Amino acid sequence: MTGMGLGATLLPKMPAFGKEVPLDSPWTTIDPAIKKQMADIALNQATSKGATYADVRIGRYLNQYVVTRENKVQNITNTESYGIGIRVIANGSWGFAATDKTDADGIAKATALAVEIAKENARLLKEPVILAPQKGYGEVQWKAPIEKNAFEVPIKEKVDLLLSVNDAAMKGGANYVNSILFLVNEQKYFASTDGSYIDQDIHRIWPTFTITKIDEATGKFETRNALSAPMGMGYEYLNARPTDKIKSVTTLYKQRYDMLEDARNGAAEVQQKMKAKSVEAGKYDLVLDPSHLWLTIHESVGHPTELDRVLGYEANFAGTSFLTLDKWQSKNFNFGSKLVNIMADKTQPGSLGAVGYDDEGVATREWPLIKDGILTNYQTIRDQAHILGLDSSQGCCYADNWSSVQFQRMPNVSLQPGAGNQSANDLIKNVEKGIYIIGDSSYSIDQQRYNFQFSGQLYFEIKEGKIAGMLKDVAYQSNTQEFWNSCAAVAGKEDYRLGGSFFDGKGQPSQSSAVSHGASTARFNGVNVINTARKI
Amino acid sequence: MAILTKEQAQTLLKKVLSYSKADECEVGLNGSEGGNIRYARNAVSTAGDISNLTLSVSATFGKKTGTATINEFSDAALERVVRRAEELAQLAPENPEYVPLLGPQTYKESITWVPATAAITPDTRAEAVAKSIKVAKEANLQSAGYIENTSSFTAMANSKGLFAYNKDTDVVFSITTRNEAGTGSGYAARGYNDISKLDTHSATKISASKANGSAGARAIEPGKYTVILEPVAGAYMLENMFRGLDARSADEGRSFMSKPGGGNRLGEQLMDEKVNLYSDPFNAELPSNTWSRDGFPLERTSWIDKGVVKNLAYNRYWAQQKNVQPVPFPSNMIMTGGDASLEELIKSTEKGILISRLWYIRMVDPQSLLLTGLTRDGTFYIENGQIKFPIKNMRFNESPVIMLNNVEALGKPERTISIESYRSYLIPPMKIRDFTFTSLSDAI
Repeated sequence: MTGMGLGATLLPKMPAFGKEVPLDSPWTTIDPAIKKQMADIALNQATSKGATYADVRIGRYLNQYVVTRENKVQNITNTESYGIGIRVIANGSWGFAATDKTDADGIAKATALAVEIAKENARLLKEPVILAPQKGYGEVQWKAPIEKNAFEVPIKEKVDLLLSVNDAAMKGGANYVNSILFLVNEQKYFASTDGSYIDQDIHRIWPTFTITKIDEATGKFETRNALSAPMGMGYEYLNARPTDKIKSVTTLYKQRYDMLEDARNGAAEVQQKMKAKSVEAGKYDLVLDPSHLWLTIHESVGHPTELDRVLGYEANFAGTSFLTLDKWQSKNFNFGSKLVNIMADKTQPGSLGAVGYDDEGVATREWPLIKDGILTNYQTIRDQAHILGLDSSQGCCYADNWSSVQFQRMPNVSLQPGAGNQSANDLIKNVEKGIYIIGDSSYSIDQQRYNFQFSGQLYFEIKEGKIAGMLKDVAYQSNTQEFWNSCAAVAGKEDYRLGGSFFDGKGQPSQSSAVSHGASTARFNGVNVINTARKI
Repeated sequence: MAILTKEQAQTLLKKVLSYSKADECEVGLNGSEGGNIRYARNAVSTAGDISNLTLSVSATFGKKTGTATINEFSDAALERVVRRAEELAQLAPENPEYVPLLGPQTYKESITWVPATAAITPDTRAEAVAKSIKVAKEANLQSAGYIENTSSFTAMANSKGLFAYNKDTDVVFSITTRNEAGTGSGYAARGYNDISKLDTHSATKISASKANGSAGARAIEPGKYTVILEPVAGAYMLENMFRGLDARSADEGRSFMSKPGGGNRLGEQLMDEKVNLYSDPFNAELPSNTWSRDGFPLERTSWIDKGVVKNLAYNRYWAQQKNVQPVPFPSNMIMTGGDASLEELIKSTEKGILISRLWYIRMVDPQSLLLTGLTRDGTFYIENGQIKFPIKNMRFNESPVIMLNNVEALGKPERTISIESYRSYLIPPMKIRDFTFTSLSDAI
């Protein structure tokens, strides 16, 4: 489940992801040689206490967020979280301990505790953990291919950008505007008894806003959120380029984002939303923009293909999956129409999931989940690979902090573009009665991923192949398999874009992970639309 | 050691403040220690132990504030972090909404710390889980569950002499049991300050009985039904409303608490007169932190009284703007009810649906507080005062405000947890008419 909606992220007091660090602190990294020494203390301690396997993650997690509303800066915060997490197998069972005491004594004590926990829990095991083989890579590095490190851009430049965005929205007729720039840097060091020492530097950026229009007399209000995507990029994402713009009923963005232009458009559109026609409930053909479709892919394809859910490991919280192993084994489970090709990857440049190695030291890759509409694979980590008869992990292991234990998390899961080179307009012109939906909003799906409901930011009525004005109060409900089998067209690769989330929540205790979903605009026939207007 | 005593925390914070040269300075300490076990398929899957202590310093010159934090505690490090915060304050933009810090306050001692919970060790957790797995195995069910205990403290002090401290213990447990065929599923969740109140055996028994009882569910037509929400379902639904008890967003016209024509709904009859909501950090069943993030002492506060909006939270800036007294956000929430048990509510129902748990609730429209989500882990049809048969899960689209206007009866409040935030609440089982279901789900 995607844990935190946009509304929550725009609160002036963001939940801190770690301790705060000085605003003027220069961006630095820690020498891998020091981290190797720390890691070796833990690995040696673990094996001497009886662990048969151990891995160590030394993490420095930096966040920066600049939060503004109208002409005010509400909050500028740098947070840093630094510590070490040690995971071991002893007596066939997993144990984990984490500490911010990173001296030799602190590391040794935490390691001993991890081994103690593993041994204590071994009595609750049915069978010992089986790890897929993994070769050690020796001492290696991976750095996200960013062009401009956002942590090195002066605060003033960021503040000026957001205040100019707010100014544009207010001049455009908004009553309120909240904007935020959210930056993440994960400096992760992984070492294991397999002989890997992996140093990685990962960067993410998410510029976003909410524009609000109020009608005080009636008490009605509408909002329009930014059409940006959180990306695995540096500050270059904010360097608007004409080649990355798609002109539709509004401007849509590919690998670069024009925040100022989007705010101007947003201010105009939120006023149109106030006057939009309330939708008539019924069946419509939906044309879904990638800025919306990413979330439907995330919930209805990404989550049910997580192997830990399929096996029941998430039954107590996120749930299980309708994509049971027998459906995969049959090799003919009809997940979607023949147009539906969905790939998993941890490698797409600019995506949130891209890393060189996952959090158990497995080099990343790409593989198909749905091929020509048929379920072909899942997402796995080292202790699950044997269940699918795989001889190696697919590299889907992730922990959101040094203090969290790593487990199976979703890679990027993306709908592949159609074979032709159709545009969104080409799709729209063939629709008689439909709705064109842009941007994500409300989302909900059941614990086995059958029944879902989604809303968007902008809804345009399609009548006989033409856009016929804006609608409001729209939500669509469907069943995953029915929905993907109703997929009647997918636009070409020129239209392909990434959407994503910084806050995909899973596990107990709950962890957040960042994940991207690519798609081109796609058409789905005969989907049930409800009207969500209510009066209190 | 991540947990400092009140005296240790005060001594440390005083020392930090002694380095400050700013107009105003606020310092905070936060430490926690805890552990957890996850299990699934009747065996342990992951387990861990986490400990962390952090210090933060906010320095202010005029209306310019800077914040820095560290996790080193030498004298030199403490002075360095204060200097950094002060340098940052000089670099930061002026915040027109800055309000000077509060002076000294008097806080009553909190009742949130239970030594037995703080003394939990890895084998205590393993034992609690072993009991749960045993019940599931005996009932021929697959269990997946989670137990987590946390001991924590927070302390703050400022240059005007304020000092606040609270320490807290917490244990949460949740269990899902499913039959082998995957046709039945049950759930139970518990949260306490005191580990001695946690009975993983009986909670798993309840979950097992829901799992076996929910097998073979029949489909009924979605639409409007009288429902009985068990406390764990009701708490999750109402939590979304509690977050909106804020005056500023209401006054700004962008909340369900906004009044057409301007202003907020304070004093308005917004719900059925059976509805009473209040917060009280000294409630024996649901003790909570005794001060707010900005240092206000928290006392019993009424939010909804006989359906009338009695209070909305005003932060100090907004209170100043509106010329009213600040009202801090509460640290817990309690809904009153009656004496009726869940069984008695069922008995009094001619036709209706018993909802054991709700799932994946998200906001559809903040204006009406319309929420969508689904039933999960045991949904049953009631006829003539009896549970007749399990029914398939359904999606709802409903506003808690509309729901609390349609209250037929309230049962005896119980401590329960939100299945998403893990926060504890005291909530009665609720019988609600005209609850709106919009589609069927195949999920079990």
